[in-house]
Amino acid sequence: MNIHIKNGRVIDPKNQLDAVCDVFIAAGKIAAMGNAPAGFVASQTLDATGLVVIPGLIDLSARLREPGNEYMATLESEMSAAVAGGVTSLSCPPDTDPPLDEPGLVEMLKYRAKNLHQARVYPVGALTTGLKGLELTEMAELVDAGCVAFSQANAPLTDTRVMLRAMQYAATFDFPLWLHPQDYFLSKNGVAHDGEVATRCGLAAIPVCAETIALATMLTLMRETGARLHIGRISSAAGVEMIRVAKRDGLPITCDVSINHLHLSEMDIGFFDSNCHLIPPLRSLRDRDALRAGLLDGTIDAICSNHSPVDEDAKQLPFAESEAGATGLELLLPMVLKWANQVSLPLSDAISKATLQPARILGLDAGHLSVGASADLCIFNPEADWEIKPAALKSQGKNTPFNGMNVFGKVCFTLVEGLVVYAL
Amino acid sequence: MRNPQLNQDGELQHLLSTEGLPARIMRDILDKAGTFLDGGEQPDIRKVPLLHGKSVFNIFFENSTRTRTTFEIAAKRLSADVVNLNIGSSSTSKGETLLDTVDNLCAMHADMFIVRHSQSGAAHLIARHVAPEIHVINAGDGRHAHPTQALLDMFTIRHYKKEFHNLRVAIVGDVLHSRVARSQIHALTTLGVPEVRVIAPKTLLPTMVENLGVHVYHDMAKGLRDVDVILMLRLQNERMQGALLPSAQEYFKHYGLTEEKLSYAKPDAIVMHPGPMNRGVEIDSAVADGPNSVILSQVTFGIAVRMAVMSTLAGGR
Repeated sequence: MNIHIKNGRVIDPKNQLDAVCDVFIAAGKIAAMGNAPAGFVASQTLDATGLVVIPGLIDLSARLREPGNEYMATLESEMSAAVAGGVTSLSCPPDTDPPLDEPGLVEMLKYRAKNLHQARVYPVGALTTGLKGLELTEMAELVDAGCVAFSQANAPLTDTRVMLRAMQYAATFDFPLWLHPQDYFLSKNGVAHDGEVATRCGLAAIPVCAETIALATMLTLMRETGARLHIGRISSAAGVEMIRVAKRDGLPITCDVSINHLHLSEMDIGFFDSNCHLIPPLRSLRDRDALRAGLLDGTIDAICSNHSPVDEDAKQLPFAESEAGATGLELLLPMVLKWANQVSLPLSDAISKATLQPARILGLDAGHLSVGASADLCIFNPEADWEIKPAALKSQGKNTPFNGMNVFGKVCFTLVEGLVVYAL
Repeated sequence: MRNPQLNQDGELQHLLSTEGLPARIMRDILDKAGTFLDGGEQPDIRKVPLLHGKSVFNIFFENSTRTRTTFEIAAKRLSADVVNLNIGSSSTSKGETLLDTVDNLCAMHADMFIVRHSQSGAAHLIARHVAPEIHVINAGDGRHAHPTQALLDMFTIRHYKKEFHNLRVAIVGDVLHSRVARSQIHALTTLGVPEVRVIAPKTLLPTMVENLGVHVYHDMAKGLRDVDVILMLRLQNERMQGALLPSAQEYFKHYGLTEEKLSYAKPDAIVMHPGPMNRGVEIDSAVADGPNSVILSQVTFGIAVRMAVMSTLAGGR
């Protein structure tokens, strides 16, 4: 299958390319840029006039809800949401039911996902058995099965000795740990940022120190053990500053922020909008501004969707009883573009945060359009504006705080390994 | 974002919170409540046919005797048909969701819901869900709001002090967990009280409470100095378990309202409490039963104020 993508504006952050040129794809790989390779005969031509061609998006946190939570979402629904959003690779947290703590479960998930021929799935394995925070999983076995990192997802790891040993063991084999910094006790029962809105609404609060104390513990143990750490979904100004210092000290640490925290604050809760019930909580405007600054200066490496589809009924409850989470796979691109537009960032630099940078965190040779690279691409119309409507989303999760918002950037084609897996 | 308790014409559609409730509407409710009282020191409340033929559903997902009873009396004095449901012990324990319960009651032709729920925002959720001809009154949601309690407190203050614009008011106790305190603060600031104080240890005050327009005190002697009105809050026994307070005795020593502490306030200061009181924990019996206490008047006025709220909603259009 040879594909010729014509007249698109090709943006490839790794190769510092931003120009209108043709892309030629053969045997699942990028065969050439600009001029067709000798003897190239296109079996399919995609007219990308007025469109932007970028590496497929790579999402560091997308819950697919399988196995176990099919009432929230299925692999089929969420994988089609991924490619509709231009996402060609995603990593999924281990908080399924049962959690991804056994090689068999991981192999099954990878096998099921592969058979759908859509986005590539990189499971994150459970760090402890059943995510209970007590015993280590068979990490090496899980890596053989396809896990790219280890995590507790949002489950607590209260025993610091277990955390120390998990880091020591992971460091032995250079397995990365992906941790979500939220102190169990300080966040217990909390549903909103400890600030003005929680006070007005009378919602149980989660203070910023829940994040900074957990981070301080992780950073201390990281210095002790030499473990590689990726901090998922940072939420506070103080947290960003701690990561900034850790990076300055040369620690092997990376960090991401979700589209929700990049654009929203506690104020968006308004009159108890359960779509804004998220983990971690949306924090103050000052925190949001610090997240944006951190993303801009490279303290925060990547943007993820933190796609967490929940069923409709679970949101039709009083705020604190509602299920935390929001759909996001189809909103990642427009939210990256919106941010770029708001801070007047060159498109290439913004796109890098959802392609090249997450690939680097995953340790993948992906997220770029070098000749010879796998042809995972996203082709979008940067001018198309559309309203986010729950019914139009492919994801089974229909809830997002961005409902009703007008955004720019509509995915027209998504290619994985040289095959068109999505066309508008 | 439009305040969900007002309709497009700015009239009261639901009563969910005193936050964002215009002073004009609050004053109208207080004035209307006055018309239901005969006057005199022991006011009597007449029966009127304003809600004749209407069905009022008291749906209480959290136990309450006092509030439910005063709402029931108020609805009956307005000639409404009243149905009391203690949902806490029925549907939800069988797995029915809050909105399913509400849908079922709507199908029984309810005109008005009076809702109490342990979760903040429950009344907002119901108000958003029901058809426009149905009115929702929040009778207390989690730590968020208890607007009829605040309005009856405002009625009581106005009854004894006549004006709001020259008052110094202190709210004492567990503000963190109190829906009453939040609703009182919004009502007092909206009605033009120039100085609202909160007095409590730091563990019982929510973050940035001063942003609600109050002055924060941790010391009763300073906080009560020259105040005209003292609003006491109930302290629940379980607060001792969450490491918020060491003991009821220590709390009483520092924050319990005794005659001695009352002496810091103006001599004609009034003492109020939303009930039920914990004598010897937040308030001394000598004060609760003393000459400055207007606690029992609050209960009587509560019926008139709830009648005013219900008739305002029912007769709004």
